[in-house]
Amino acid sequence: MIDFTFTEEQEMFRKMAREFAENMVAPHVAKMEETGEVNDDVIRALAEAEMMALTIPEEYGGLGLGYTARMIAVEEISRISVATAMTLQVFGLGIEPILKFGNEEQKKRFLPGLANGDKLGTAAVTEPTGGSDPTGGRTVYRKDGDDYIVNGRKCFITNSHIADTITVLAKDENDPKAFCAFIIEKGMEGFKATHVEHKIGMRGCNTGELSFENCRVPKENLLGQEGKGLRVVMASIGEAGRGGMVGCALGVQAACLEASIKFATERILYGKPISRLQTIQNKLADMKIDLEAGRLLAYRAVSMHDKGEQSSNEFAVAKYFTTEAAQRAAKMAVDIHGGYGCMVEFPVTRYLRDSFVLGPSAGTSDIMKVIIARWTLT
Amino acid sequence: MLNIVVCVKAVPDPKDSCKISIDPVSKTLNRCDVSMVLNPLDKNAMEAALQLKEQYGAHITVLSMGPPQASPIVKECLALGGDQGFLLSDRAFGGADTYATAFTLASGIKKVGKPDIILCGMASSDGATEWVGPQIATFLDMPVVTMLKEIVNSAGDCWQVKTSLEDGYRLLEVDLPALFTVTRDLNEPRALSFSGIIKARKKEITVWGKEDLGVPEESLGLPGSPTIVSDMTTTDNKREVEIITGSREEMADQLLLKLVDAGAI
Repeated sequence: MIDFTFTEEQEMFRKMAREFAENMVAPHVAKMEETGEVNDDVIRALAEAEMMALTIPEEYGGLGLGYTARMIAVEEISRISVATAMTLQVFGLGIEPILKFGNEEQKKRFLPGLANGDKLGTAAVTEPTGGSDPTGGRTVYRKDGDDYIVNGRKCFITNSHIADTITVLAKDENDPKAFCAFIIEKGMEGFKATHVEHKIGMRGCNTGELSFENCRVPKENLLGQEGKGLRVVMASIGEAGRGGMVGCALGVQAACLEASIKFATERILYGKPISRLQTIQNKLADMKIDLEAGRLLAYRAVSMHDKGEQSSNEFAVAKYFTTEAAQRAAKMAVDIHGGYGCMVEFPVTRYLRDSFVLGPSAGTSDIMKVIIARWTLT
Repeated sequence: MLNIVVCVKAVPDPKDSCKISIDPVSKTLNRCDVSMVLNPLDKNAMEAALQLKEQYGAHITVLSMGPPQASPIVKECLALGGDQGFLLSDRAFGGADTYATAFTLASGIKKVGKPDIILCGMASSDGATEWVGPQIATFLDMPVVTMLKEIVNSAGDCWQVKTSLEDGYRLLEVDLPALFTVTRDLNEPRALSFSGIIKARKKEITVWGKEDLGVPEESLGLPGSPTIVSDMTTTDNKREVEIITGSREEMADQLLLKLVDAGAI
């Protein structure tokens, strides 16, 4: 028999994450929206609440609670601020390659700081010439004694300007089939964060470009085997990365439904709340169906991930469904609000903008379908 | 090391207040569809216990009476930093008024071992009688201080504390052991933490029924409750809007008169 219930402990994680989001994140959302900048207080609060430590084992200063706990936390924070949830989920994406492919020395060197929030992480794969096709990237490395020299540029990198520890994918300048994943640290000569993007949504989540000009990386910062770096980043993005996006999407779905229920039960038209109108009820039902289905897909995939099973295909399905559903939910929420849905005082306008940033992150819906189709054909 | 008991209650989540209805026959609240949360003022009681533990060292016992569904509330208090939990749960405890509830909780406290300090929220958000704390103290024959807003001096066995009054406070001295009911002014309750939740894995919740307490059944639940609820109704909070017209000065004068008439100024 399949048990679809959360444990008492997981319910407590959800309660804790919800209270955290409502008390520690919500007060900063308006300023994040206005400035588009990362809020230091929020980052500090995430660290103090041990949010970065969830997937890191206890022996490296983490909590060892796994990916379901992370999904719960990301979902609940996204319900209040998807920008903050995205920032958090990408901290996790930065942690994942070290966790899965780092050697013992690297784990001891990097993970404790990433767990307590002294250091912030990200991963950098996407380039102007390729994101979903990472082999199209033009960032290259060459060996120089025991070191590697990295040259190139990365774009659309979440946490680009706040991360201290970045997993960067680069191609052998003499062998287009050989890739390396390097841990590049803030302050390394030749590395800098350059352009900051201004996104339509997820304002308050930092996105930007990274530049590498003859950046010297010691061999101690090579992740996994030389030439096998593609596997390091793709495995991390396929599970932890897409899983994080699913959590973000579920939060947006839940927020849209809650805002719609509240508005529909308070808004009086024709002498009664519009929630009594069948056309509004249809929308609420559609949103609820999508949310329930999305949660089933999401928590099934993440439970596989927690068991150590290969789950990237299941996450591709969940990512496709929930991010598309979040866009549908945001559109319906705006529709339910009528004219108010165009006013920035109402959060549904933010949800609509945020929902469109969910799609391309960690692979567009079209790319998810490519992955899913390949899964069906093999 | 102080021995502290914190009495806590699972109450309907205020966010679900619209789902609560009154059973017309039993005159009790229908809570089937309502999620339960830790009574807000009990969080302040827990926080006070945790601060005393940090200051002096203490063993914190969390005690609640309720159905098995109240267990997560006790677990939450253990995750906040309580050391052991007891849930008094038995069908025989059902239908208790404040008197029978206090008697049952006092019986549980006697069985746990008489503490130095008992902390309760001043009131529950559902019943809001403010009686259970003082009644527990009466059953245990110990002093009670209600509406605690500040612990001025907690060194030694004679504490100096401030309690809330409508327009001020009272400064009191009380000998321990004593029971305190706390207000929200006392402290800012801490948030749950992942570490705390993990630590609570090893903390047991003991469930005691009527046999464990060894008290006469007629003192428990509905039979032990002298209160009879003759009726219970909901009230409509209707607001009326009155538009004041005229120049700014005229509107201000009219508003002032209305506020004076209403006794607001």
